[in-house]
Amino acid sequence: MSFINYASREINCKIVYYGPGLCGKTTNLQYVYQKTAPEAKGKMISLATETERTLFFDFLPLALGEIRGFKTRFHLYTVPGQVFYDASRKLILKGVDGVVFVADSQEERMDANIESLENLRFNLKEQGYDLDRLPYVVQYNKRDLPGVLPVEELRQELNPTGVPDFEACAATGEGVFETLKAVAKLILIDLKKGR
Amino acid sequence: MAYPQMVMYDEEFKQINFVIEKLLREANAKVIFLVDKNGQLISGVGETDRFDTTSLASLTAGNIAATGGLAKLIGEKEFSILFHEGEKDNLHISIVGGRVILVVIFDNRSSLGLVRLRVKKASEELTGIFDRLVRKAEEKERSGVPEFPFAEITDDDIDNLFS
Repeated sequence: MSFINYASREINCKIVYYGPGLCGKTTNLQYVYQKTAPEAKGKMISLATETERTLFFDFLPLALGEIRGFKTRFHLYTVPGQVFYDASRKLILKGVDGVVFVADSQEERMDANIESLENLRFNLKEQGYDLDRLPYVVQYNKRDLPGVLPVEELRQELNPTGVPDFEACAATGEGVFETLKAVAKLILIDLKKGR
Repeated sequence: MAYPQMVMYDEEFKQINFVIEKLLREANAKVIFLVDKNGQLISGVGETDRFDTTSLASLTAGNIAATGGLAKLIGEKEFSILFHEGEKDNLHISIVGGRVILVVIFDNRSSLGLVRLRVKKASEELTGIFDRLVRKAEEKERSGVPEFPFAEITDDDIDNLFS
């Protein structure tokens, strides 16, 4: 649910990065944070455990610029990927405008990817959303690692509906901004339609 | 869509600010914020410069969401008031009209009792304004007035954001 403020001429949208534990959601946000000009970003907040696993969420506010005199702001959130944090994941999906599913390309994480994607669909449905009608992109992360599955195979399992998808290596930043731009664009197109 | 889009107009924005400025004075508070349940800042008055308002809004909403989850687990609808006591500053967080979050930051120049009392009165006024706001947005949507600022954006406009 985007928030349009005619008084301050701002529009705010919420993007959620979803995916299995250790797939690189936080790393995506960290890279965006590092590479964004100071005036365009706010503080990045990470509610993490002592071992730097996401406990509740990461949050990064971005101000991209103006469209037709409206300041466009995106609030980027990650969910905790570990299976047992499901209650927290549900909360973070509230009011989402666009979703990035970050998949771990390693063969041994395929089951975790599938489980997380099903969990995403289920949790969205519980909030009254349909993943197929939301601005949604997929990122195949960790392409630099040995033993990763071919993109075709990942696509077949994780992107049967053919939404925009990207290969990435979040640690080096490859594909990170492409993914963000794609989902932001889908959100703005969605807004253009006025829903 | 599961939720209607939140829209804020000039008229209601002024009314809201009037109410929270009055609350700021009457409750002897330092800062007051209004945040929507998704973590977006609606307005703030008082010493707002001293705070990272965007982060504050997001964490407040996260806090309310987490406590709301806890409430449901024990069979409550929600916990409508949260209070955090610090050494110098205190946070009073309450849900207004079931949809927005009112955050009052105050120190020892005020007291919890005073803040609670004033917040209660301000909440009623704010609820009225937000009800009107929702009705107004619904009416506009029904009448199909094409005033939506993004209706005519082009692909170039969107691409330019990322250049």
